[in-house]
Amino acid sequence: MIYWHSVQDFIAMGGYALYVWGSVLVVAAFLLAEIVSVRLRRRSVLDQIAHSGRARQRRSV
Amino acid sequence: MATANINSSITAANATNRVHWFKYAAPNNFYFLAGRLIPWSAVVAAVLTVLGMIVGFLVAPTDFQQGDAYRIIFLHVPAAWMSMFIYVVMAFWSAIGLAFNTRLSSMMASALAPTGALFTFLALWTGALWGRPTWGAWWVWDARLTSELILLFLYIGFMALQASIDDVRRADKAGALIALVGVINVPIIYFSVQWWNTLHQGSSINMKGAPTMALTMLLGMLIMALAFWAYTIAITLYRVRCIVLEREQQSDWVKTAGEIL
Repeated sequence: MIYWHSVQDFIAMGGYALYVWGSVLVVAAFLLAEIVSVRLRRRSVLDQIAHSGRARQRRSV
Repeated sequence: MATANINSSITAANATNRVHWFKYAAPNNFYFLAGRLIPWSAVVAAVLTVLGMIVGFLVAPTDFQQGDAYRIIFLHVPAAWMSMFIYVVMAFWSAIGLAFNTRLSSMMASALAPTGALFTFLALWTGALWGRPTWGAWWVWDARLTSELILLFLYIGFMALQASIDDVRRADKAGALIALVGVINVPIIYFSVQWWNTLHQGSSINMKGAPTMALTMLLGMLIMALAFWAYTIAITLYRVRCIVLEREQQSDWVKTAGEIL
């Protein structure tokens, strides 16, 4: 089933390593970066909400 | 008095019989529904990505014309499909937002734009890396590539315009206009390889006729397309939840929700 003869063979990509791995790595990096960025965005808005909630509590005391 | 009674009884009957289609148009209901959907779509995306990469990079044979450079197809084509599809979905939600003045529809459009722009960029990037070994050029100004670049500018224009308007509802409406005008570009991209004589190859899969590629190649491409679909659903729902919270910070349901947000 597996098409490649060896790991080196796989990494070499028939001489097209730069193009193939340049595509794979950039796609992976950008998708992971997007995941990190939305997580940071969520944390920041949750922090804001928690902060304003504490401010409200202090005022009501 | 009699008519008033009849009217109120009709309204009451409607209220009990009505299916609550619009329940999830309320941002607070949708927020929790989306929260339950995200883990599932994220797991599906992860599993399909692993599976698709195994089929594409370990099982599928090399191409007799393009050698192993063709393996870029497993990322390039799904990314390009998503770039167009997300734009259509974004235009759809923009139109609904304009027509029915529903806040959540506009938030969906805003949540889709960054992911659409990302896939457009990735389609162009992987395309350049595929074009160099097969055509001898990173970039050519042919119809397919140029119209895809315009799509990237439309996404960026949408986001930049929304970011430049302080009033979010006005920003929604202005963005919706760009989204709707720009949607004409999507069929232009899709049919560009038929309408014009392009360097870009024709589609590997179309509505009529058998696909022009080996079964495992086709399978790898379709699995990766489904993986990007699931990824898009997960990340868009995640982002729309952020947008809901950002916009509804001052509403009671957010203030009282506490830990369950």
